[in-house]
Amino acid sequence: MGLSRRGFLKLTGAGAAGLALGQFGIDLRPVSAYAAGLKIEGAKEFISICPFCSCGCNTLVHAKDGRIVNVEGDPDYPVSGGGLCAKGAALLSLHTSPERLTKPLYRAPGSDKWEEKDWDWMMERIARRIKDQRDRDFKRTNAAGQEVNRLESMFHLGSSQVSNEEAAVLHQMIRAYGIIHFDHQARICHSASVPALAECFGRGAMTNHYNDIGNADAVLIMGSNCAEHHPMTFKWVIKAKEKGAVVMHVDPKFSRTSARSDFHVPIRSGTDIAFLGGMVKHIIEKKKYFADYLLDYTNASFIVGEKYHFKDGMFSGYDPAAKRYDKSQWAFEKDEQGMVKRDRSLKHPRCVLNLMKAHYDRYDLDRVSQVTGVSKADLLRVYEAYAATGRPDKAGTVIYALGWTQHSVGVQNIRLSGLIQELLGNIGIAGGGINALRGEPNVQGTTDHALLYGYLPGYHSTPTANYQTLAEYLKAYTPVTKDPKSVNWWSNRPKYVVSLLKSWYGDNATRENDFCYSYVPKMEPHQDCSHLYIFDRMYKGQITGGLCFGHNPCQSIPNINKVRKAWDNLDWVVIGEVFHNETTDNWRRPGVDPKTIKTEVFLLPSAYRAEKDGTISNSGRWHMWHYKAVEPLGMSRNMGEMFVEMMNRVRGLYAKEGGAFPEPILKADYPETFDAEAVARRINGFFTADAKVGDKDYKKGQLVPGFPHLKDDGSTTSLNWLYCGGYTEEGGNLAKRRDLAQTPMQARIGLFPGFAWAWPMNRRVLYNRASVDQHGKPFNPDKAVIAWQDGKWVGDVPDGGYPPMAMEGGKYPFIMTTEGHAQLYGPGREDGPFPEHYEPAETPLTRNPFSGQMSNPCMKVIQSDVDILAKNGDPRFPIVLTTYSLTEHWCSGSETRNAPPLLEAEPQQYIELSPQLAKEKGIKNGDVVIVESLRGKTEAVAMVTVRIKPFQVMGKTLHLVGMPFAFGWTKPKCGDSTNRVTVSIGDPNTTIPEYKACLVNIRKADKVTEL
Amino acid sequence: MPKAFLIDTTRCTACRGCQVACKEWKNLPPVPTRQTGTHQNPPDLNPFNFKLVRFSEHMDKNGVVSWYFFPDQCRHCLAAPCKMASSDPAAILQDEATGAVLFTDLTAKEDFETIRGACPYDIPRQDPASKRLVKCDMCIDRVRANMLPMCVKSCAMGAMNFGERDEMLKLAAARLAAVKKTSPKAQLLNSDDVAVIFLVADDPLKYHKNAMAEAIQPMTRKQFMAKAISPLRRIGGQTVG
Repeated sequence: MGLSRRGFLKLTGAGAAGLALGQFGIDLRPVSAYAAGLKIEGAKEFISICPFCSCGCNTLVHAKDGRIVNVEGDPDYPVSGGGLCAKGAALLSLHTSPERLTKPLYRAPGSDKWEEKDWDWMMERIARRIKDQRDRDFKRTNAAGQEVNRLESMFHLGSSQVSNEEAAVLHQMIRAYGIIHFDHQARICHSASVPALAECFGRGAMTNHYNDIGNADAVLIMGSNCAEHHPMTFKWVIKAKEKGAVVMHVDPKFSRTSARSDFHVPIRSGTDIAFLGGMVKHIIEKKKYFADYLLDYTNASFIVGEKYHFKDGMFSGYDPAAKRYDKSQWAFEKDEQGMVKRDRSLKHPRCVLNLMKAHYDRYDLDRVSQVTGVSKADLLRVYEAYAATGRPDKAGTVIYALGWTQHSVGVQNIRLSGLIQELLGNIGIAGGGINALRGEPNVQGTTDHALLYGYLPGYHSTPTANYQTLAEYLKAYTPVTKDPKSVNWWSNRPKYVVSLLKSWYGDNATRENDFCYSYVPKMEPHQDCSHLYIFDRMYKGQITGGLCFGHNPCQSIPNINKVRKAWDNLDWVVIGEVFHNETTDNWRRPGVDPKTIKTEVFLLPSAYRAEKDGTISNSGRWHMWHYKAVEPLGMSRNMGEMFVEMMNRVRGLYAKEGGAFPEPILKADYPETFDAEAVARRINGFFTADAKVGDKDYKKGQLVPGFPHLKDDGSTTSLNWLYCGGYTEEGGNLAKRRDLAQTPMQARIGLFPGFAWAWPMNRRVLYNRASVDQHGKPFNPDKAVIAWQDGKWVGDVPDGGYPPMAMEGGKYPFIMTTEGHAQLYGPGREDGPFPEHYEPAETPLTRNPFSGQMSNPCMKVIQSDVDILAKNGDPRFPIVLTTYSLTEHWCSGSETRNAPPLLEAEPQQYIELSPQLAKEKGIKNGDVVIVESLRGKTEAVAMVTVRIKPFQVMGKTLHLVGMPFAFGWTKPKCGDSTNRVTVSIGDPNTTIPEYKACLVNIRKADKVTEL
Repeated sequence: MPKAFLIDTTRCTACRGCQVACKEWKNLPPVPTRQTGTHQNPPDLNPFNFKLVRFSEHMDKNGVVSWYFFPDQCRHCLAAPCKMASSDPAAILQDEATGAVLFTDLTAKEDFETIRGACPYDIPRQDPASKRLVKCDMCIDRVRANMLPMCVKSCAMGAMNFGERDEMLKLAAARLAAVKKTSPKAQLLNSDDVAVIFLVADDPLKYHKNAMAEAIQPMTRKQFMAKAISPLRRIGGQTVG
């Protein structure tokens, strides 16, 4: 409707307060007595951001007398238009909740209660704990005598809840301590997206952005229930649908997303590669691909070396002992000059397109239908509707989330959607792309800032012990191409790494001392320090203390019975939280005597979103500032302040006492106090010497205008090159921009270049140079993203400002891949250059009809006495369980269970099952059932629904059930974690756990204890 | 100029932003609920929930599933039966400027069952403490301040719309025409008689038993009132029969 904030509210020029309604000639007397004063009258208004999903809905927070009195959506936010889902609508309750942690709490070993302490007491003791453990366990060298400078016995977990600025100071602190067991929510929600999308296109992020979904002609929602979990997505799905797009939902259950799609196709969880492999076969055989795009912009014509082969489910180069491939066997064939050989006639038997065609030849309708449980008619319905976008004037978009990532083939699920999008020419265009709906509020930002053991900020691999010098490290990770038309942007990596080291160590980092490269902790090659391994090592007593901020692992990690016992093994833990949750209070969980739990717990009360300044990055990479509306509740503090004080206290102790390798701590260039604005400037980076960019002079200490100007000689700093250009001398803090101006060309595709700032360099649609032909003419002029006009690009910021490919100086459009092309064939992933269907680790089948290889040969399998798997087709556990979220709760539910209107709407653990299974098991709607696997059991209320259907798989009826993971024991009668039944199995590339498929059985409960 | 809502259920994703936003704006306390085998919760409107998203699922003979969402609330009838049924004319007001039907403190003295029984949509509830009758008041405080009702403000999908009545009727007609192309049973519910107009894609009874005005209601004193609401009865009778 036409009533925007600007049109309706601002009409009065007075906002909410002090309205003179008489001026409209309305006689209000009849209602004047009824309607009391407006509760936000006289309130100050602040812009904040919802702290839940990656839609990043901007909010208006109204505060009066230092208290929040109202929160509602910001109509100027282009993604939401002022809307909020149930969670966002509950932000007033959440911020003002009496359940908030407002005082630092201490739990002594063996104690059965919390004690209130002051900050000074807590911080002093925490610093002592950190230093003592570091001094005791720090390793200067590994068994081979290589310098490693790491601390293995201490962990850090969390958090995608922190701002980019908090993440930056956190990362710097963690590496200074030498911690390598360092992970956060990105691992368990979307870690698979980064290597999958990067292998396809060069970057690991959502390619387009929320508004752009409205430009699609076909929307394939698969592995996502976005109407529920990323609600604003659907604003744009509906827009596309009402313009004629076909909206398809392929997912195990019929959800609120299915309800608003054109049709829903139920699929057995864990069979997405079979489904999509069938689509690849369909597209190739029916020649539905976009031929020019395929030839010019993808590696379809590249010739693969002779060592590559694929036989019976296995690629060449497998080492069964290491469960790892020798990827060198998958390399492209090169000529004498080192150029990749190509056959543009696409006739060579080893050119990528022909290898791909051969690979997916087995994915015929019969076999795919047998495995997925999808009827052949439904398969064809999706294949035909989606393949119709393989034309220059049509756009198809893929929307996915955890339904694809959380599998032992998570990376390859996503990769295969990339193959389809490349075949159809759907990357870089408006209404196309792969819209990876990132999970938590700032998980895009905290992934960029790499709160992950395996990366340094900006997607640089963490150094390993075999690279003892910076030069060795940079050589290993800086790709080289011989093709002059390939930009190969990662050839700039040394500039970004050196600028990062200069940011971390300031004047102490010099060329002579390798910019303090030796201070950065080194891991062993192939060492895995992700969640599953952290908890396994904790369970086995190898990790004994740590930090956990804004994260609830004792609710959200698979095989939670093990995780909770592992947590008991900690000597001490520091936790920063807004509310009590299953992790903070693990020591008093049901069935456990607190006296037996030795863990010393420091629980620090955290400020909530509207109580702090900073930026978050939404899923579309929009870097947006949120403002502090009120002081943090009680004694709570923002996490940035906590991190900075912690580091400085530890630093003080080292300065005074010395200790194990104090240099990384003492020589860090680290702020004395936390100021989000100041950190935002450090993230962008400064010149460390006077410099000239073009005809403009910059003084030492001034902000670098963008990452193309970062240097590898120590003359620039940047805590994260991706964000360099977001805070400039000329434009200030661009994350604060609120300009909705558009050119007509930008307006046609919903581009808002003046609203906030997007990395990289304010580019809104990644790979947009693939949306034009070789002369710079848009494939679809009606929805042009960029166009070459009068010797320059117009529209979006071009992805690489080079002239069109046909012109002199023209370059390939995929500037982030080494050879400049989108990769159908991806030789860099752990489990193969082409995605292949393998069954989940726990499967109801006894045979994989695609090959002799049942499960992913490289998947990570955690070995312990309690990590047990049902055998294939185990008759004791014949039902597939898939787990998921729901609109009204966020992730583990630890925040949203404290919002009364949300708990009222979704109060208790449930299990969705078909009427057929319910009948078979004698279960009625509303009965409590026991759900049991080899790892544990859980109680849930039966929701018997036609929205779940039995599958016909390999000639048999197979039942699937689904449960949310948001309910935990700290809210009475709420139920407890579904993760008591899930498996500790990980994807080989990122060890993202396989939450989405395991085997269970169910029965009606004879006794109810949890609900 | 009276106001109107268009509630376009074909765009509703049941995110329940409206349900929660309403409670938050009005500082309504939570009610204890249990999971009983449905996502609809609380089970019904109550003194502390003036807005409730109703869920109903159906499967046709071909196995095609539909799941309907109905964000229920007071319809702010143009000629409000609840007002006609009240004994004190000051108990229930109808604001001329907006058309909002407002329950004042004086409703505490009215007979609850009579007022509730007069409502074709079963909206009114009674606060157990104050005995006051309660329901949606169109966020009259916000509307007076030129702000959207909170449920409309929270809706990102375009399901909840609010504005001048003639504008909303135009929008409703346009949306109906568009939806009819794929859903021939689509219709607007009681649009001549209410300020809160629902657009549904299927038989309204599949959404909620009181989605449309019902013809037959058990009445005593209400029988008198029934005559006063004949327009609603007529429409309800024709369609729901």
